[in-house]
Amino acid sequence: MNLTLKVWRQKNTEDKGKLVTYPASDISPDMSFLEMLDVVNEGLIKKNEDPIHFDHDCREGICGMCSLHINGRPHGPKQGITTCQLHMRSFKDGETIVIEPWRAAAFPVIKDLATNREAFERIQQAGGFISVNTGGVPDANEIPIPKVIADEAFNSATCIQCGACVAACKNASAMLFVSAKVSQLALLPQGQPERYRRVQAMVAQMDAEGFGNCTNTGACEAECPKEISISNIARMNRDYLNAKLFKDEY
Amino acid sequence: MSNYAKTFSSSLGKKLIMSLTGLFLCIFLVVHLIGNLQLFKDDGGQAFNAYSYFMTHFPPIKIVSYILYISIIVHAVYALILTTGNRKARPVGYAYYKGEANSPWTSRNMGILGTIILIFLVVHMSNFWAQYHWGDLPHARYEVSLTNPQDVVVTPIPFDGSEIAHADYVDAQAGKQVLIAKDLYKIVTESFSQWWYVLLYVISMAALSFHLIHGFRSAFQTLGWDNSKYIPLIRFLGVWVFGVLIPLAFAAMPIYIFLFR
Repeated sequence: MNLTLKVWRQKNTEDKGKLVTYPASDISPDMSFLEMLDVVNEGLIKKNEDPIHFDHDCREGICGMCSLHINGRPHGPKQGITTCQLHMRSFKDGETIVIEPWRAAAFPVIKDLATNREAFERIQQAGGFISVNTGGVPDANEIPIPKVIADEAFNSATCIQCGACVAACKNASAMLFVSAKVSQLALLPQGQPERYRRVQAMVAQMDAEGFGNCTNTGACEAECPKEISISNIARMNRDYLNAKLFKDEY
Repeated sequence: MSNYAKTFSSSLGKKLIMSLTGLFLCIFLVVHLIGNLQLFKDDGGQAFNAYSYFMTHFPPIKIVSYILYISIIVHAVYALILTTGNRKARPVGYAYYKGEANSPWTSRNMGILGTIILIFLVVHMSNFWAQYHWGDLPHARYEVSLTNPQDVVVTPIPFDGSEIAHADYVDAQAGKQVLIAKDLYKIVTESFSQWWYVLLYVISMAALSFHLIHGFRSAFQTLGWDNSKYIPLIRFLGVWVFGVLIPLAFAAMPIYIFLFR
């Protein structure tokens, strides 16, 4: 396959940056998108040019490091996968592919396509945990949990913090990420003691990071590689309003 | 900051305000529509003018009307505040953004649709609401026979600078029910005899339709009302009642008057 890439190049956070066109020649349709970029980068290195910087780690769809806004969509044209799981057979020979970094004030560009997603870490640190001293292994059936609830909590917990929800949202809102992190604990008994403190703390940190507001477009759930549902957002809204308006502080 | 100030300055708090004012405006639409059905009556505007008087003079409705004006303003102002925040959240936009791949058109264009509705409201209220309250309106006198309600005599009273008191009484001797009221019906029918005015209304109702197809359902999501049992009902109401039926019925009024009055 021969492709034309329009790649966002930006020296550092302060640089203005621009789209630069590169040819990608002799690409195998069986390559992943990241492998295709590796090939292009080898060519650039041979020509003594600065390779294209992009985030990646596990390359098997579980770490959440790879990002890339490809042809107008986070993680490219397919649903329910990360960029490392996207293969070149999803593109046509001769196609022009536009590759941009996640765009959000809260995700500043480090270089080229790599962005700083520490804002997510700070939201997690604000309350995305349970404070309990670990002890001996409890009996497996000590706390009964209905299967549907366990499944739903697990679905929420599949979030890999990649930031595709923010990238897809027209408002750069982090509601899907935060609500998944709130929900995975709010659904389970172990999360109850800090349930209302947690949601307030995490929403406050989300606002402080400068993410946008939710318009309920559903773009986040459509682009989430783990297909996390926006019913998590409704749950977070419910818990937050409940905490703020009807619960005593504790 | 107090707890409430903190709550309503948070992103979720601002969305709560959008949701509550929006849903209140939805309820208003239902009431407004039912009342305006009087326009379809072929009685020279008697029922409509009596209804207009009632809506502007019955104290509980007057109180609700102030809540309504506040809701419209708050809904628009908060939309502006939220949109400004959203712009700041993405200072550098995408060169290529394929929104249609992951979200409905209505959900991405609530601001534009809302702006059309706001412009419409300004035109609509300055033409009818402001005219009714402070304008030099003609009056009309309706004499309805007590024995045969179909027998109505309408006498227009053009505006001549003199004060005319609203009256609604039974003249037993003449065997008639007499109503003297501001003739808003005349203003309405005259406005809708102009094709461009009818077109403005139809376009605005189309915008309302798209606004509510997303807005109604979205308001419940913001409130956190999400449950597999009642969500199908909310979606149905949002699309078919608020998104289709209500805007269609409103649009039918100017069209009906344009064609048949």
